[in-house]
Amino acid sequence: MLSRVAERLYWMGRYLERAEDTARLINVNTHLVLDLPKDTALGWEPLVFIMSAEGPFFARYPAAGETEVVRYMVGDRDNSCSILSSLHQARENLRTTRDVVPREAWEKLNDLYQYAASQGEKSIGRRARFTFLTHVIDGCQLLAGLFAGTMSRGPGYDFARIGRNLERADMTTRIIDVRSASLLAHASGELVPFETIQWVSVLKSLSGHQMYRRHVHVRVNGEDVVWFLLQDRSFPRAVYHCLNEVQVSLGKLPRHEVPRRHVARLKQQIGNAGVEDLSREGLHDLIDALQIALGRLHDRIRATYFLGDAPVARSDSMAA
Amino acid sequence: MYSPYTWPEILPPAGGDMSIDWQGYDSGDGYDELIDTGGAPREAAEPLCRYLASLSTGEIEERKRAADLSILTMGVTFTVYTEEGGSIDRAWPFDIIPRILSAQEWERAEAGLKQRVHALNLFIDDLYHAQRIVKDGVLPAWVLEKSVNFRPECKGVDPPHGVWAHVCGSDLVRDRDGTLYVLEDNLRIPSGVSYMLENRLVTKRVFPELFEHVNIRPIDDYPAQLFDMLCSLSPRPGDSPEIVVLTPGIYNSAYFEHAYLAQQMGAELVEGSDLCVGDDDCVYMRTIEGPARVDVIYRRIDDLFLDPETFGTESVIGVPGLLRAWKKGKVGLANAPGAGVADDKVVYAFVPKAIKYYLDEEPILPNVPTYLCMDPRHREYVKANLDKLVVKPANASGGYGLLVGPHATATQRAQFTRLIEHDPRDYVAQPVISLSTVPTLCEEGLERRHVDLRPFILSGAASYVTMGGLTRVALRRGSLVVNSSQGGGSKDTWVVDGRAH
Repeated sequence: MLSRVAERLYWMGRYLERAEDTARLINVNTHLVLDLPKDTALGWEPLVFIMSAEGPFFARYPAAGETEVVRYMVGDRDNSCSILSSLHQARENLRTTRDVVPREAWEKLNDLYQYAASQGEKSIGRRARFTFLTHVIDGCQLLAGLFAGTMSRGPGYDFARIGRNLERADMTTRIIDVRSASLLAHASGELVPFETIQWVSVLKSLSGHQMYRRHVHVRVNGEDVVWFLLQDRSFPRAVYHCLNEVQVSLGKLPRHEVPRRHVARLKQQIGNAGVEDLSREGLHDLIDALQIALGRLHDRIRATYFLGDAPVARSDSMAA
Repeated sequence: MYSPYTWPEILPPAGGDMSIDWQGYDSGDGYDELIDTGGAPREAAEPLCRYLASLSTGEIEERKRAADLSILTMGVTFTVYTEEGGSIDRAWPFDIIPRILSAQEWERAEAGLKQRVHALNLFIDDLYHAQRIVKDGVLPAWVLEKSVNFRPECKGVDPPHGVWAHVCGSDLVRDRDGTLYVLEDNLRIPSGVSYMLENRLVTKRVFPELFEHVNIRPIDDYPAQLFDMLCSLSPRPGDSPEIVVLTPGIYNSAYFEHAYLAQQMGAELVEGSDLCVGDDDCVYMRTIEGPARVDVIYRRIDDLFLDPETFGTESVIGVPGLLRAWKKGKVGLANAPGAGVADDKVVYAFVPKAIKYYLDEEPILPNVPTYLCMDPRHREYVKANLDKLVVKPANASGGYGLLVGPHATATQRAQFTRLIEHDPRDYVAQPVISLSTVPTLCEEGLERRHVDLRPFILSGAASYVTMGGLTRVALRRGSLVVNSSQGGGSKDTWVVDGRAH
C-alpha cells in the first residue's frame, strides 16, 4: 500500500473520531448546564481548554459563553477541530482513497459533511443543537459500522482503525485532565457541590456511565471514574483499551517492531499507575506524560509508514 | 370501470406517427453517418434504424431515461471538485443513438491510423537523433526551431522499440463527400478513452436486444491492451513489472480517467510525491513496506511538470530526477517526454510527407488540406480567402485563438490579417470541414448533430487501435464544436460487421 494512501486513511480515522467526540462533549455539557443551578460557576470554558484552543478562541471571541463556545466547536471553519472542519478533513482524506474504501462510505461521509455544512450554523440554539449533534454522532457511528462491516481487513482498514483509536485515547486523556483539574481541586473530604452529577457527566461525555455502573458497582466517585477511563481493559473509550486496539492493528502491519514496542511501554505505564498517581497532583503529571507519549507514538507511526524514507532515496521533500 | 371504447385511445398506435419515421428525418446537405441522402438507412445502420422504428416515442423516452439513470448512478465517479468545498456531479452528456461504422470502412481507417502513428514515431525518433528528414530537405528547419514542444533534453535518447508516442488520440472528421480526414494527432496526454468505455456500458444496458442480434465489435479489451503495451516498456523484462499511473491529482479534470484506468489495469494510482529517484537512478514508490521499485510510468502530467530537476519548473506534481532515470533506461515512460513535437499544427501539415519519407507508402488517411502562412504563396491565398477558411495558431489547443472565417466579422478578419503578417510561422489555415452528422435525440425528437471521432492508438512492442473510438457530438443545432466544455456530448461508437449477414 502506498504510504500516502495509508496516511490519508489514518487521518480519516482520526478526524471522524474527533468529530464524533466533539459532538458528544457539547451534548453532555449542554445537559450538565441544564441540570446545575444557574449560579454554579461551571460553564462552557472547560471545553475550550479540553480542545487546547485557548489562544485561537480568545483571539476571536471576547468570552467563553455558551453561544460562542458552541459556535466555535460546531461550525467555525477557522477552528481546525470544529465538527465541520473535522468532517471536512475526513472527507478530503477519503476523497483520494475512494478506491480502497467501500463506495457507500464515501457517499455517507459526503452526506454527513453536507449536512453539517448546511445545518451547523442553524444549530447553535439548544433545541436545534440536540438534533444536530445526535445526527453527527449517528453519522460517525454509521461510518464506523460500514467500515467494520464492509471493508476488507488489510492495511487500509488497520490504518483507519489505528487513527480512530489514537484519537479516542487522546480525547479521553484531555477530558480526564480538564475535568479532574476542577473536580479534584478540592482537598479530599471537602464536599464539592454537585460532585456526583459532574462526574456522571464526565462518564456520559464518553458514553461510559452505563458501562461504569455495570463494571465498577460503586457509586460514582472521582478516583474510580479516573481509574475506569484510564485503565479499564474492556471499555472501548478507556485509554488502555484504545492502546490495546492500536497494538493489535499494528501487529498486522509490516515493520511494526518499533511502534509496537512503543505502545507496549505506554500500556504498561498506564496499567502500573497506582492510587497515588490517580490523586490530583499525580494525575496531572501522569496525563501530561501520556499526552507526550501519544504524540511520540504518532511520530513513530508516521516515520515508519508515511514518510517512505528509503536508504536509496535522495529526495529532500521527505525531510518535511 | 373502463368503457371498452376508451381502450384504443389509451394504447399507443402501432408504428405510424408516434414512432420514428426515418423518411421524415432531415439528414441535411452534409454526410449523415446513419442515413443516406435518399432517406434510407446505410447498410451497417439498417438493423439499428429498423429496431428504433419499432419503438414508440414513449419507449424511446424510457430508454433515454434509463441511460440518464445509469449515468447518474455512475455519476459519483464523474464528480468534479470545486474550491468552495462542494462537488458537482457532472452528468456526462450522452446521447443514446450510437454512431455506426461498417467493419470494412473501419479496417481501412485502422490500417491508416497504424501507418500514421508508425510514421510519427519514426519521425519523432529521427528528430531527436540525426534529423535526416531536415537534412534531406523534406521538413524545413524553421518548423523545428519554432516548435514549443521540441525538448532538446531528449536528444540522443533511445526509448524501447524506438517508440515515443505510446498512446495517441487522433481526431477524425468526415467531410460532405464522405471522406474521413485526420484533423489532428494528440501525442502528449490524450484523454477520453474512459468515456468511450463507459458509453458502451450504458448502451449495453439501454439496448441489450441489439447486442444479441447485431455483430457489434467489442471495445472493452482496451485496459488489457494498455497494460500489455506498458509492460513491453519495462526495463526488467521477464519479471512481472510494476506499472503505475501518474496523475497530477484530484483537482485535474481528467482525474476520473486516471483513477479508472489504474483500477482497470490493477495498477497503483500515484502522485508525484509518492515517487522518488534513488542514487541508483531507479524510480521507487513510497509504500508502507518501504520503497518499491517502479518499472513503467503511464504519466498523465505534461512534459514540463514531470521533473523539476530537468525542466527547472517549480513543479510540485513532478518527480525530481525522473528524466535522468528514464534516459538511463531504468524506467519506462509513456508517452515519452518530447513526443509532443509532432502534434503542433505546422508539423501536422508535413505528416503525409513524413509517411512517404519514412515508409515509402501513400497515406491511407488524408490530412485536411493545410495552408502554411510561412509559405508566401499560401499566405497570399489565405489572406485573400479568409472568409472561407479556419485560421489556427500553430501551438494552441482546445479551440483557443481560432478564426472561423465564414462566421467572423470584417474586424476580426482584419485583425487576423495583421496577426498573420506579424508572425506568419505561427499560423496555419484550413478549409471549413462541414463535419458529418448523426441522428440525435433532442427536445423535438430526432435531429442531426455534428460529430467527430477520436480513436486511440497504442504503440509498444506491438500496436493496437481501439475498435472505433470516442464519438463526440455538438449538441447545439448547427454547432461544429464538440468539446465537452463547450456544449459537446458523446455517443457510443459501433463498428458493425456487415459481412456476417
